[in-house]
Amino acid sequence: MADDLKVFRTWSSPFALRIIWALQLKGLEYETIFEDLSQKSPLLLQYNPTYKKVPVLVHNGKPISESLVILEYIEETWNQNPLLPEDPYERAKARFWAKFVDEKLLQSVIDVLVTEGNKQEEAVPRAKENLKYIEEELKGNKFFGGATIGFTDIALGWTARWLPIIEEVTGIKLIEADTFPRISEWMQNFCDVPVIKANWPPYDKMVTKVQGTREKCLAPKGTN
Amino acid sequence: MASTDVKVIGAAPSPFVNRVQIALNLKSVDYEFLEEKMGSKSELLLKSNPVHKKIPVMIHGGKPICESLIIVQYIDEAWTDGPSILPSDPYARAMARFWAAYVDDKFYPTFRAFGSAEGEEAKAVAREQLMEAIMLLEDAFAKCGKGKDFFGGDTIGYLDIAIGCFLGWMRAVEKMSDIKLIDETKTPGLFGWAKRFGSNAAVKDVLPKTETLVEIAKMMAAKAKAQ
Repeated sequence: MADDLKVFRTWSSPFALRIIWALQLKGLEYETIFEDLSQKSPLLLQYNPTYKKVPVLVHNGKPISESLVILEYIEETWNQNPLLPEDPYERAKARFWAKFVDEKLLQSVIDVLVTEGNKQEEAVPRAKENLKYIEEELKGNKFFGGATIGFTDIALGWTARWLPIIEEVTGIKLIEADTFPRISEWMQNFCDVPVIKANWPPYDKMVTKVQGTREKCLAPKGTN
Repeated sequence: MASTDVKVIGAAPSPFVNRVQIALNLKSVDYEFLEEKMGSKSELLLKSNPVHKKIPVMIHGGKPICESLIIVQYIDEAWTDGPSILPSDPYARAMARFWAAYVDDKFYPTFRAFGSAEGEEAKAVAREQLMEAIMLLEDAFAKCGKGKDFFGGDTIGYLDIAIGCFLGWMRAVEKMSDIKLIDETKTPGLFGWAKRFGSNAAVKDVLPKTETLVEIAKMMAAKAKAQ
């Protein structure tokens, strides 16, 4: 029986991109349903009642939510092009760094985007400190996954596109090539991967959206 | 395997540390428990977990693994003779991971907020959010356990460990706040499960006694007031 795969996403969600990348890296076919989060579809609410968020993967009618959970599911269901190493210790490391991206790095980068003045001045070194951990962990490998991209690369991948955009919108340089040579090279190599190159949302649209997020967060309260 | 091959850096009252201990017990793996003193972090901890500087850390053959649920998955994958902790079906595994992540991302912060809420209004709001989270877990028990003894089915599994580690503290909070978090009529599934989980051989010597945790909570509250 052919697998029925559906991905609920928005055009801009970096978490949904993880799923798209994983499915394409494994050569899987799927249907895409684009959601408007201001008007969530009944299906989305039915498939993800806990969080009401994207992405959701629906496989033969069964929904899975939370991008890292979905990635593990894809990895375990389809064996081709493995995204996780075989060794349990290496797998634990891959999961650790993916979790670090979502629980520490992401918020520290968002903090830089949505603040200004003193608050932003405090946020920048925190974001850079988190990036430094990533820089050290790259240890001269082309990708976290080795010669090809894997679980951690996919988890971190949004930074390759979003960080330069955040730098453009805020005027703050987070990834200087001399302070973060490995990340800089990783970003270039990552963006060169065909599946990655093919799926970025339109650049200008993303800049507008990120700019909009910053403005909304900085707007004085009580203004519409 | 020599027992010193596996070390766990932790503290007995920590539910996250308890997860690791329960998982090792399920696999019948001996380990050396290195207890951290409250209020200070050992050199070994800082060296083994430089990014988060937190417990638990498990050290296996000299290599450190951090983050309790990641450690539990590692234990499942490194010791393959012995009961499986995660289910074998990929979809069941996804459900177990989803709800375990919910426990860490939503249930635990809500539980903490309830414990630290001050003032009638804040307490009432925190209580409502906590009860909502517990009802979701009651629901998850029905969906994942499918009428069996545990979230994992016939035997304790990943999600049982992820949630069950909090039972000690939940009972302590029930005692201190005069509230029923797991109620026989409102959450019958969780009620029965809690008894079975708590009395399981791999668990019963790990979960701290309620009285011990109440004492610790009182001590921490006194310390906080003194500052």
